[in-house]
Amino acid sequence: MKKTVLLGALTVAGLAAGAAAAGTLDDVKARGTLNCGVTTGLVGFAAPDANGEWAGFDVSICRAVAAAVLGDSKAVEFVPTTGKTRFTALASGEIDMLARNTTWTFSRDVDLKFEFTGVNYYDGQGFMVPKDLGVSSAKELDGATVCIQTGTTTELNLADFFRANNISYEPVPIETNAEAQQQYLAGACDVYTTDASGLAATRATFDDPAGHVLLPEIISKEPLGPLVRHGDHEWGDVVRWTLNALVSAEELGVTSANIAEVSAGSNNPEINRLLGSEGTLGEMMGLDADWAKSAIMAGGNYGEIFSSNIGEETPVGLARGLNAQWTNGGLLYSPPFR
Amino acid sequence: MTTLSDPPQESFRLSQLIYDTRYRSMTIQIIALIGFLLLLGWLFGNTAQNLADLGKEPSFRFLSEPAGYDINQRLLEYNSQDTHLRAAFVGLLNTLVVALLGCITATILGVAIGVLRLSSNWVVSKLMMIYVETFRNVPVLLWIVFVMAIMIETMPAPRAFKGENPASEMMLNDSVAVTNRGVYVPEPLFTNTLGDVHLFGAASMRFDVSLDLLALMLVLGASLWGASWFRKRADKIQELTGDRPKTWHVRLGLIVVPTAVLLYVLGFHLGYPELKGFNFKGGTHFRNSLIALWLALSLYTAAFIAEIVRAGIMAIDHGQSEAAAALGLRPNRTMKLVILPQALRVIVPPMISNYLNLTKNSSLAIAVGYMDLTGTLMGITLNQTGRELETVLLTMLIYLAISLSISAVMNMYNNRVKMVER
Repeated sequence: MKKTVLLGALTVAGLAAGAAAAGTLDDVKARGTLNCGVTTGLVGFAAPDANGEWAGFDVSICRAVAAAVLGDSKAVEFVPTTGKTRFTALASGEIDMLARNTTWTFSRDVDLKFEFTGVNYYDGQGFMVPKDLGVSSAKELDGATVCIQTGTTTELNLADFFRANNISYEPVPIETNAEAQQQYLAGACDVYTTDASGLAATRATFDDPAGHVLLPEIISKEPLGPLVRHGDHEWGDVVRWTLNALVSAEELGVTSANIAEVSAGSNNPEINRLLGSEGTLGEMMGLDADWAKSAIMAGGNYGEIFSSNIGEETPVGLARGLNAQWTNGGLLYSPPFR
Repeated sequence: MTTLSDPPQESFRLSQLIYDTRYRSMTIQIIALIGFLLLLGWLFGNTAQNLADLGKEPSFRFLSEPAGYDINQRLLEYNSQDTHLRAAFVGLLNTLVVALLGCITATILGVAIGVLRLSSNWVVSKLMMIYVETFRNVPVLLWIVFVMAIMIETMPAPRAFKGENPASEMMLNDSVAVTNRGVYVPEPLFTNTLGDVHLFGAASMRFDVSLDLLALMLVLGASLWGASWFRKRADKIQELTGDRPKTWHVRLGLIVVPTAVLLYVLGFHLGYPELKGFNFKGGTHFRNSLIALWLALSLYTAAFIAEIVRAGIMAIDHGQSEAAAALGLRPNRTMKLVILPQALRVIVPPMISNYLNLTKNSSLAIAVGYMDLTGTLMGITLNQTGRELETVLLTMLIYLAISLSISAVMNMYNNRVKMVER
């Protein structure tokens, strides 16, 4: 009960604070740090490394935004959130943006009053089972016990999938990925389901990754992306175009290796506009002219971030798939910088 | 000579509100009340204004929308297409179940430990002291997580029961399976069932009452009443004649025979759990989340109850037990007839607050994925609908109602056992 009252009071106070704040961009500049909501720990996407520094695919987005706004990719305060607490944290103003493999859905966008600023990973919900279970399709899972992170879209997709296929299951609700991993490995559940990328990332941390398989069924569309509060469009633009800058940089061939050379000026006017040697794109957004350059230098362009955190050379080992540039048959397509 | 002076004129000036002690306290209280109301008004106004700015005017319409999520432990029939209100109701029943089970177990354990701690046996009393100090001084959340971790890590998975030479076997003649997903026990089934009564039609609060259970409870209740009447009759005969007729065989028959006959008529048999596919099917499944929560809450609260019971017993004057001994009562009868009835008067009031604590602590259920009221209404429903204020307020109201009901019931009991002052 005490907890309930406290949460209630916090929510009320938080809502009040959230709405009272002027512009998030000004707040972040005045504060000198970016408060970025991430997961409580999902290797490859967001997890503290051996030195206690947060690293990962979602973390890189936070760092890029911090670099674009403050010029310093280290000026980020990471706030770990669970599937349940993330929206309250964002709505209350505790965090400025949420980069926590969050699925863009209609009701979150419209009813929960958030603004998704793009997609940084096109994902879908999958199932992971131990190999010796001998299951080759999700449709054979009648009567299985399924570990599921509570407060996620996957929880709803799971109910829909089993209902549509007229098979039964026993859900075991779990708060964090780590707890799910513990229960799954102990055999307290037969199946672990979440976004396929998350499954791959989790499997990478197992002692015996080869002993577990991802089932072929992908039962949902999960476009994951960073989001901000609804109504603060200036701030939304900053996050959206930082992400676009990373994607465009890959498309235009700007990497963290050649950026110093290219930013001096190139014969491609779009690169020049992006990196600020031509035009006033940064100024229009209330940022420095070299905002995009700082963002790209923070962790490289989209492709570099992908391959160094979750790409095929890493233990997570995800292929680009849908997340390749549109020129390579993927879905990544940044609007032009003009 | 006498001087007559007029009695002082009763007049009232505004300054008297502050300088006259007759009015001052009233003035201060009224000002404080106005200030408090203004603060409340500001808080409400500010919240409403900010919610309106966010475009989230308070509304409870989400309660009638489909919940979309499944709940593993459900006492009522429920599926993901039912409403959020129904999901909350299922969660509420789960809260009540664990609270009730916890209160019963904690009381039994607590009383036993409290009495044993007063034992003259050094080992027993020290062991009980260690129990009380360990459980009382570690946060209950840790106990819950700890019990859950033990269940998950040390019990065998259902897979271990498979094959020709299974690594694990069911207990008690293949009727009970202890797995890391919970404990499966045989369930009572009836061949000639009387069916169910459906209450509240199709509303979110609808539920079925099993007529079999109702009939059993009625018959058992009547038998118990009959047995108690028989005992009272024996008491009367003893008072009149000094001879106590033998009653136990009749009373036992009164209790057992009608129930046994009814069970036979209904075609009572047990449904045994059986390993089919991924899990055990049939039988009653006590999920390990329920067991972890129930066990941890009981063990934790029992430590407090033990101390209350010990305090209650020690509050009874030593002369009472000496007097009982002088009358020739054996120690266990002294405890039962002399000490405990008096100690109860001291024990019951603090017991109420422990029951309340246990019920409120059950809201830690989400730590082990037990879908109670906090897990459904204030967990998934809040998350899926984004209605923080409404769900939190609703949850608070429901917990308040539960707590007040427990207090009311326990206070009624307290009024029955408390000392009658003459």
